[in-house]
Parts: sequence; C-alpha cells; structure tokens
Amino acid sequence: MKRLWFLIPLFAFFALAVVLAVGLKRDPREVPSPLIDKPAPKFALPRLDDAAKTIRLDDLRGKVWLLNVWASWCVACREEHPVLLEFAKKRVVPIYGLDYKDERADAQAWLARFGNPYDASLVDADGRVGIDFGVYGVPETFVIDGNGVIRMKHIGPLTPEVLRDKIEPLLKRLDA
Amino acid sequence: MIPELGHFALWLALGIAAVMGTLPMLGAHRNRGDWMALARPSARALFALVGFAFLCLAASFVGNDFSVLYVASNSNSTLPLHYRITAVWGGHEGSILLWLLMLTFWSFAVASFSKHLPEKVTARILAVMGWLAFGFLLFVLATSNPFDRLFPVPSEGRDLNPLLQDPGMVIHPPMLYMGYVGLSVAFAFAVAALIGGNLDAQWARWTRPWTTAAWIFLTLGIALGSGWAYYELGWGGWWFWDPVENASFMPWLVATALIHSLAVTEKRNSFKNWTVLLAIVAFSLSLLGTFLVRSGVLSSVHAFATDPRRGLFILAFLVIVIGSSLALYAWRAPSVGLGARFALLSRETLLLGNNVLLVVACGAVLLGTLYPLALDAMNLGKISVGPPYFETVFVPLLTPLVFLMGVGPLSRWKHAELPDLASRLKWAAGATVAATLLAAWLKGGIGIVGAVGLAMAFWIVASLVTDLFERLRPAGGVRTGVLHRARQIPRAVLGMMLAHFGIAVFIFGVTMVRTGEVERDVRMAIGDTTEIGETVFTFRGVREVAGPNYRALRGRVEVTENGKPVTTLYPEKRIYPATQTTLTEASIEPGFTRDLYVSLGEPANGGAWIVRVYVKPFIDWIWGGCLLMALGGLVAATDRRYRAKVRATSTASITAGASPA
Repeated sequence: MKRLWFLIPLFAFFALAVVLAVGLKRDPREVPSPLIDKPAPKFALPRLDDAAKTIRLDDLRGKVWLLNVWASWCVACREEHPVLLEFAKKRVVPIYGLDYKDERADAQAWLARFGNPYDASLVDADGRVGIDFGVYGVPETFVIDGNGVIRMKHIGPLTPEVLRDKIEPLLKRLDA
Repeated sequence: MIPELGHFALWLALGIAAVMGTLPMLGAHRNRGDWMALARPSARALFALVGFAFLCLAASFVGNDFSVLYVASNSNSTLPLHYRITAVWGGHEGSILLWLLMLTFWSFAVASFSKHLPEKVTARILAVMGWLAFGFLLFVLATSNPFDRLFPVPSEGRDLNPLLQDPGMVIHPPMLYMGYVGLSVAFAFAVAALIGGNLDAQWARWTRPWTTAAWIFLTLGIALGSGWAYYELGWGGWWFWDPVENASFMPWLVATALIHSLAVTEKRNSFKNWTVLLAIVAFSLSLLGTFLVRSGVLSSVHAFATDPRRGLFILAFLVIVIGSSLALYAWRAPSVGLGARFALLSRETLLLGNNVLLVVACGAVLLGTLYPLALDAMNLGKISVGPPYFETVFVPLLTPLVFLMGVGPLSRWKHAELPDLASRLKWAAGATVAATLLAAWLKGGIGIVGAVGLAMAFWIVASLVTDLFERLRPAGGVRTGVLHRARQIPRAVLGMMLAHFGIAVFIFGVTMVRTGEVERDVRMAIGDTTEIGETVFTFRGVREVAGPNYRALRGRVEVTENGKPVTTLYPEKRIYPATQTTLTEASIEPGFTRDLYVSLGEPANGGAWIVRVYVKPFIDWIWGGCLLMALGGLVAATDRRYRAKVRATSTASITAGASPA
C-alpha cells in the first residue's frame, strides 16, 4: 500500500504531460482576425508607379483579388518574393500590393530589382490603411471577394504550401 | 568554414555524451574501474567541444556572416559589437546552445570538484549529466541547428529584437540559465543516489553546496530579469506574473525548499524521501520552464518564433527524463529509511512547514500558469490568468512562511519547548508590533495589506536580531570577547541570516512600492509641470537624436524637489528601422528611498506629449533584497564545513580503499 504513495508524483506528471501534449497542438497566437467575413476597410490610395492615379476599394469590386502587404525594408518580403512572382505568372487572380510605411523611391527600386508580381501597388506611406486592415507584421496577405469582403488573411511570408493548400482552394470556391 | 567547424564539434560532442552516459554507469554497476574512469575526461571534452561550437557561433556574429541563417535573423551590420555578441543568445537556437554550454560547464565543474567523492558516485552522477547533454545535443542538431546556412546570402541581417539591445540582457540569460541548469547537478546527485542506494546524510552534504550555487544564480537571474522589465518595458512594473517569469520562479521556490530540506537531511538524516523528490522536481521544473518558453504553448511577452517539431521534441525529452526519474523514485524510495525521529514541535517540523508552504506556492504558480492551457486543451475557451489571482494566493501563503522564518532558526532540533520559544521571541514580537504601528502612524494610509507587509519585514529583522543577540551573549561562564563569539558563528548560519535579511528588505520594498507609488499619465506641453508631493517635473520638449542603429525622439524633463533642482531626465522613444519597431526607453533617477521614473507615451496635439511620471518609493530595495539573498547563499556555500569535509572524506576514502576488500 505504502508503495502507491510514491507513485503519485509519477502519475501527476503524466497527467501534466497529457495537458502539455494537447496544448502543443494549439496556437496561442492564433487570434481569429475580427476582419474575416467582414467588408474590407475603405481606402483611396495613390499608385506606386503613378502618384497621380488613385485606386479605391470600390474600383476593385466584382472580382476576387489578393492584397499583399509589403515594403522595401522588409527582409521577409524578400524571402516571399520569388513565391509571389511564380504565383503571379499563373494569372489565377489579380494581386495588388500595399506598400506599407515605405519611401516611394526605395519601393520602386526594389520592384525594379527583384521583379514586379503586382497588377498595381498602392502607396500607404503613413500606414493608416495598414492599421485599418489590422496589419501587425509584414508581409501579410488578404483574400478579398467580389463584394469587397475579406475572406482570408495570412500572416508572414507566403509559401508554395500555403498557396496550394489554402489560397488556391479558397479561390476555386469563390469562383464557383 | 567556421560555422561548419562548430557544427562538426556538436556532432563530436554528441558521440562523447553517448559514451559519458553509458560506460561509466555500466562501470559503476559492474565494478569496472576503467569504464568509470571515462566519466571525468568525457565531461571535460564535452565542455571543450560545446564551448568551441559556441565560440564559432559568436565568431559568425562578430564577423557579420549573414550566410548563417541564425545570424541573419538576429543581427545586423549596424548593431554595435557588444550586442552582436549577446545576440548569440538572442534567439531560439543560440539560447539552446547557451543552455547546453551551461550544462556541460556544470558537468565539467562536477568532474573537477568531486575528487572527494567515491568513484562510483562520480561515475553515476556524470553519466546522468551525460544523458541530459545527449538529449539536448540531439535537440540542437535535429531541430535547432544554429549553423544552418542561408542561400542566397542576404546583404543585411534582420537585426536583434530591440528589446534585447540592453545591458541587462547581456547577463540576464546566462545567469538564469546557470541557475536553471545548475539544478541538474542536484538532480544528477539524486538520481545517482537512488540508483546506488546510498541516500544518506553524506549525500545531502555533497549536494548542498551545488544546490546553493545553482540557487544563487537563479536568484540573481530572476532579479536581473525583473530589473530589465522595470526599466526596459517602460510600464514601471517589476513583476508581471508572465508565464516565462513564472517558469523561472517555480524552480526557485522548489530549490529554496530543497536547500532547507537538505539541511534537515544532512543534520538529522530525516526527510530523505522528500529531499530527493524535491531535487528531482526542481530540475523537472527547469525543464518544464524550457518547454513552456521554447515550444510556444503559452503566449507571453517573451514569445519566440516556434516550430511544432521543437515542442514535440522537448515534450518527449521531458517525458523520458522526468518520467523515468520519477519511476525510479517510486521504485527505490520506499526502501529508504525514515531517519531520526522528532517531536511535534522541533526545528524539523518547522522546516517541514516551510517546505510544504513553498511547494504549495509553487503549485499555485504552476496552476495559474497552466490553467489557461488546460482550459484550451479541453475546448473551454481561451482565457488568461493575471496578477490578481497570483497576489490573492501569494499573500496568505507568504504570511505563515515569514512567521516560520522567524521561529525556525531559534528552535532546537529534535524537540523544542513552546514556553521557551515564546519567552525568547516575546521581545521580537513586541518590537514588530511597535515598529509597525510607528511606521503606519508616520506614513499614514498604508491599509491592512501594507501593515501586514511591514509587520512581516519587521518580524524577520526582529527575530534575526534575537538570534544574533543570543549567539553573541556571554554564555556558560566562559569569558570570551564579542568579536571572538562572532567569529564562532558558522558561515552557514551567517549566510542564512543574510538571506533572511534579504527577504525582509525585499518585502519592505514591495510593500512600500505597493502602498506608496504614484503613477501619473499626463498630457504635457513644453513648459508644463506636474507635481507629486514635493517633487516637480517640468517638460522641456523633445528633439531628434540618432543612435548607432536607431533614431530617437528624446524628451527632456527637469525635476526639482522642494524647489531645488535634483536631476534632468531624458526619456526616449526609439525607432529601429531594420525591424520597424518602436521602443520606449524610460529615464530613471534611482535613489535609496525612491526612484523617479519618466517615460514618453504618445505624442499629442501641438507639440505636447503624453508623459508617464512615476514616483516609486523604495523600489530598489526589491533588487537589493535579492542581492542580499544571493550574497547569503554565497556565504553559506563557502562554509568551512564543506571545505574541511572535503579533506576529511578524501583521506577517509583513501584509507577505506586501502583496507582489504
């Protein structure tokens, strides 16, 4: 009988280990974005290639499109860039860039050097629009449907896996 | 080339660790002297190899080698040299390598300072540490290799997290890890004793200095972390009950219990089962802390990038190490004797009370830390447990603990008399009440919690004075000088007194800050003033300054007390372009009785700023108390007894070895 007492620490630890194992599968940082399935915030921003022209949210209605938040100072964007270029070649969906808190000249030089996957890039110099979209790390990518509703958000660099397993299936469903 | 050499050294180390973990253990089992003799050289080689790998990584940082992924992610060519060096442990891979370096350093220390131990005991201890090193090396090589290359090579690195670009960060992690990992020595001693079946007073005497050493580092590491949070996070708080802070606090609580329990085991040969369990639990909590921080199961201000494979690996390692040691405990502990008997009222009982309270406190912290995780695991939603829970639980536990702290050192081993204790402590009790009333009257408005806090601090000091007085009072008719009697007090006792005094200073600081701090967030235009008591803060505006790898807006706040200028404070708002982060750098005028703390909030209209102005009475006593505790530990760990015993036992073992078997 007395021996059983000495097993208590072991059993207590195993119970703890089970909790930890289950907890491991959860992501504490996966805070569901409050913007999913909500209308995208309205914006009117100058184009990167031509400051005189403005693009509004309403101009993009009627089609599904991607909004990719990037900046020339963002190292992770450089990692993401080849993936995005490859994806843009497929012409599955129009891709718009949101050049976040950046200098216009730096951004243009960056695209000239690494290639331009975007149909157009919007200049969000003071980061206001980024804040409206709840951007907290660059790069981030949003899928926005024909009614201007945000359907998905990806934080961090896009990878071929994310595009294949998450974004492309979603685009197929939205087109159907 | 350098990174490859470092990587190769780690693979070599893995092989050595495998040898160190197996042959000496088998040798101890089969009485093979040649196998056991492998333990010490292996420990030394392991330390040399891991140290070499660490230097290789440091060299890559110093040389801005951005072809190494880890360097590119945690450094930048504009980062000043001293931060490039500390950036070595600024991320996950390097932290784990630092952990490993500390572990091998402790095994090296055990190998060097264990000449007085029997060969079998040393072999078993080092074998256990060899297994730990093996597990962690495997972890590094399989999931967290800091030497991975990056192609194409980026022209610039991503920079070190600006929060970590701070002198406090230079020494906080190494200190904390020394403490965390130092508990592995007590763990290895415990496991070795369970395997060898020689769990006795001798074992406790060997374990004590190692445990105290680890405890000193842990105390300093936690204090440094708390100080860093105070001046670097810009909120003026010093402890947030953040999961990562808790992860370091839990082993500290159990290690404190272990130190006290080891004293009983050494002196009275009692509590052996309990002590050995504490030794296992203390290190298990260090491992658990590593898991909590590294696996990303909890979100915290210390969040590191996470990879699910890493979490899974550490969890598996945790289950193997802790599971097998607790299984060993369940198997071997029942046959360990109970040791000397003791009365209901005795120093043993009081120390047992202290142990139970400390372990319960640790349990409460564990519960508060893991409760959100457990709820999430059972799909009951995401919640967070905050300071109110911890404070509600801690004060009721701390109060009896502090009471025992006063009584324990004055009571006798084995059997104490209540009337005797009461009459010796009546002056201390009276002085405590008088001092508390006086302080409450002088200061006013401290409330019940404040009064309890002050009473606790005064009680510790009063009972310490009683203890000291009794030791220095002429006794037994032998006429010796006070100085002579003072020199007679063993260092272990002096150390205990110092550490307990540190607790008193700490509690006093916490109480004064909690009851007397003033925090104001005010909108200040240029020339505006804010008054807190007799202290007047005048805002003189902000201007731009440039740092080596940041730009900053630096505010200027002039401070006067009673009309006389005291100091000028320069709080900053820094922007680090490489990571696009802003950082609030508070400006603090420290003082013996109060800190003046100013930090910049957000800019308001018309050149005005939201300025946080805090006056924190006696806050530096919190860290002063921690320093005293660590100093107490140092004095106790260098007690003559250990050094004398080292010589005595080594001669004894030689004579024992010489006698015919």
